Amino acid sequence: MLITKVKEREKIIAALRNKNIFVFKCFGCKEVYFPEEEIDSLLEEAGVKNRVARVDYLCREEFAEKYYKKYENILKDAEAVIVFSCGVGIQVLAKILPDIPVIPACDTHYINGFQGLTAQDADCQQCGECWLNITGGICPITSCSKGLLNGPCGGAKEGKCEVDKNMDCGWVLISERLKLLKEEGALHKKSTNIRDYRLIIEGGKRSEE
Amino acid sequence: MNFEEKLKSGKMVITSEIGPPKGTNIMPHIKEAEGIKDKVDAFNVTDLQSSVMHLGSLATSRLLAERGLEPVFQITCRDRNRLALQSDLLSASVLGIRNVLVITGDHTVLGDHPQAKPVFDLDSVSLLKVASGLMKGKDMVGNELDGIPEFFLGAVVNPGYEPQELQIMKMEQKIEAGARFFQTQAVYDLTSFESFMKRVLPFGAPVLGGIVLLKSAGMAKFMNKNVAGVNIPDKYINMMAAADKKDRPKVSISIAAELIKGMKTLCSGIHIMSLGWEKYIPDVLEASGF
Repeated sequence: MLITKVKEREKIIAALRNKNIFVFKCFGCKEVYFPEEEIDSLLEEAGVKNRVARVDYLCREEFAEKYYKKYENILKDAEAVIVFSCGVGIQVLAKILPDIPVIPACDTHYINGFQGLTAQDADCQQCGECWLNITGGICPITSCSKGLLNGPCGGAKEGKCEVDKNMDCGWVLISERLKLLKEEGALHKKSTNIRDYRLIIEGGKRSEE
Repeated sequence: MNFEEKLKSGKMVITSEIGPPKGTNIMPHIKEAEGIKDKVDAFNVTDLQSSVMHLGSLATSRLLAERGLEPVFQITCRDRNRLALQSDLLSASVLGIRNVLVITGDHTVLGDHPQAKPVFDLDSVSLLKVASGLMKGKDMVGNELDGIPEFFLGAVVNPGYEPQELQIMKMEQKIEAGARFFQTQAVYDLTSFESFMKRVLPFGAPVLGGIVLLKSAGMAKFMNKNVAGVNIPDKYINMMAAADKKDRPKVSISIAAELIKGMKTLCSGIHIMSLGWEKYIPDVLEASGF
């Protein structure tokens, strides 16, 4: 099972206050706990009324395609899409909207028990600290065989992973996506990303810090 | 002068490497290194190269240091978590090892224990940052150290990797995290190496250009197919293919010498990965004008 928690409230509200955004909130599957009330209060505080789509199973590409079609006219001109969903939903939407920043508003945490049913290409390991906002909506943990957070290892040949020539190098994909989003500057960062494994060891039972 | 001082002096620096054996029979490797110590400024000691289980890099580095040879202790993130990595860095320091080359490491599935758990708790950038923190007297969560280590930290860069931009950005991150020198993947294309060096020269970190001695045309083709950032031109492959078996070392030496002569004016030193052909290093250096 998994549980989503809203990322830093103030930052999300600031992002929501931008004019040209569109919001997806996915409350789609029974296997996932979504903080629905908190999300609605956040949207209210930020003054977001329209430009919100309440959807289910965003993690399923065929559903996500339909949502895209439904909101195509607004989405075409959106500067960013803010998504309240698990990590898979965000990645599926980012794939459909490769040239619009798709920003996760939630971290996806692991809790013991039953896993979701909608296995897809995109994968979320429920690391509890979603990186998709800085990696163009492609997960560095599940798309890189080493789960690297600070760029590629240098082992990829012609864009394929050293582990398997049929597998794309996640970081090459991330850099291409960031280029499309005109965010490649994000790769020239000064900070160093390091995972906090407490977030998966203690999982969704962990109290807020 | 130690390795760092030599690099700072602007003298052309030569490094080579020792790959510790699978087993305890290390002395032939140490003797091999002792035989060329007047020609080589420092010896990298590989850390379970190609993810194959070998004698350790730390112990081998110490054996070199005891004999007055200067080791470059290679440390990868493949096999140890952040506690063990920090601890091994402290161990290196008390064993008199100063030069540390920080690498992410090949994936475990490429080696001889593909069943192993791949660790990668840290990566090259974060481990460099952690090592820099230890040098300031703090572990990575901010606890004070009782006794502070001193390192000369290095990292690797792959000039032929595509897209090159990703290597450049990673190099910048490594410098920011504390890398003071770089050794490169094998270089076979001087034109692209020159353009790479032009890009990275402003960073100010000395770069040692990599040389891998070709042993056969088959090896060259294998590397072209499998090694990231390596594109050996046909002319070298043809030269190796045309040579009789007994003449291959001679041809290989002449290829290496041509590359070294070309690189000499572009970078701060040469890193020779001889892969068992250590005995030819003096000939390579002589043919390159050292």
